[in-house]
Amino acid sequence: MDDLARRVTEILAQQALVDPSSLRLEDDPAAIGLDSLGMVEAIFVIEEEFGISVPFNANTPDQTDFDISSVASVVAGVRRLVSAKG
Amino acid sequence: MRRVVITGAGTINALAHDVPGTIAALLAGQSGIGPLQFRDVERLSIRIGAQIRDWPGIAGMTAREASLWDPFTRYAIAAADEAVAMAGLSRDELAPAGVILGTAAGGIATWEDNYRAVYAEGRDRVPPLTVPRLMHNAAPSHISIRHGLRGASFSVSSACASANHALGLAFREVREGRAPVMLAGGAEAMLLFGGLKAWEGLRVLSPDGCRPFDARRNGMVMGEGAAIFVLEEAGHAKARGAMRLAEIAGFGMTADAADIVAPSVEGAVAAMQAALREAGLSPQEVAYVNAHGTGTQANDRAEAAALRQVFGASGPAVSSTKAAHGHAIGATGALELLAVIAALHKGQIAPTLGCESVDPDFGVDIVTGAARAASVGAALSNSFAFGGLNAVLALKRIP
Repeated sequence: MDDLARRVTEILAQQALVDPSSLRLEDDPAAIGLDSLGMVEAIFVIEEEFGISVPFNANTPDQTDFDISSVASVVAGVRRLVSAKG
Repeated sequence: MRRVVITGAGTINALAHDVPGTIAALLAGQSGIGPLQFRDVERLSIRIGAQIRDWPGIAGMTAREASLWDPFTRYAIAAADEAVAMAGLSRDELAPAGVILGTAAGGIATWEDNYRAVYAEGRDRVPPLTVPRLMHNAAPSHISIRHGLRGASFSVSSACASANHALGLAFREVREGRAPVMLAGGAEAMLLFGGLKAWEGLRVLSPDGCRPFDARRNGMVMGEGAAIFVLEEAGHAKARGAMRLAEIAGFGMTADAADIVAPSVEGAVAAMQAALREAGLSPQEVAYVNAHGTGTQANDRAEAAALRQVFGASGPAVSSTKAAHGHAIGATGALELLAVIAALHKGQIAPTLGCESVDPDFGVDIVTGAARAASVGAALSNSFAFGGLNAVLALKRIP
């Protein structure tokens, strides 16, 4: 796990109130206790931490460009947005 | 018609963080007014208020709750928890109840913090729970969630009369049989830079003290906090052997339809008379009035004239407790109801602090100095708001 993946994982773990070391990349955030408000809060922290704007609409989480179905997909989404920022 | 009794009370304010402490402080003549402490207070010209101090907050508050609860919601939750515990109602008994709260400014600290972040500090985003945190109904909603209340629940906002309007509406829910139990009161947390700055602009705040009905009065002093009561149908309360603090017997509300800030004698008189009529009380039966008594020139003059008109030359004892707990705006009527309960339940009338020489023009029996022992069978609690909205509660002693 590189630095970006570790920081994203820590943010998700913090919002889910679990130990970051217990999180695996294939975990579904909802399954580890991140409800919809928790995900919205996690995305806010991610935006602040990385200086990016995450295209996530809580009304239609399945139809946005930002996949939250697993920790790995969130990490990949953040990586894409950070590199697009340049 | 059903009768409505108060079977629980809770509060947090500058005098104390619970009901026994607050009533003891009111009767001992203590004041919660002191130097204000918050960010940028040095940029204000008014720097006194009745601010809550040394409160540890709500035990067991989670991180999620911390991000959802503005200070006004925290005050409301603390007051509701105390009231529910005092009433001794089970979760099942509370399920049909609702909660109606008065607040003038709702989550103003949340508005302020986030405007500061985006305007003054140039930040690009605010926390995602900003909207559910600042909304006026956040406090009743969280009380409903916490205690499982499924009846009519919402906030009402009528500036300084908010809490009395809330209590009056909840009283009618019970009296008219729609709910056996209701929670009601008010919550306000606007002692912060923006809140004071706005009031300062209106030039009605005193720079040096609150002196209701005194000839030297020079304005109001703001306070904060919450007070919440459990209102219960009398038969329901009796059946479970509940302790009863007082009966709410009537409620009167009127609008001046005149000026947006200047008080009207006529509107105040009509609200007091409506409360008396609903309670089936004659003016002679009322032994105490907790006045709105803000300590402004205009309010106290108009209120004294209204009291003379309703009660005649030998009227009831009158006091204003605003120099003790401050003018807590949308919560103030609820805080003042504690003084009314002390009069009815303990036979002790809290004094009007700050009033040393009653304005000779008033012709009203103002209780000054120390608490006065009196047998009070019935009392009124006045709230008169900016906007010309008047809300008066009539209460009776439990025989």
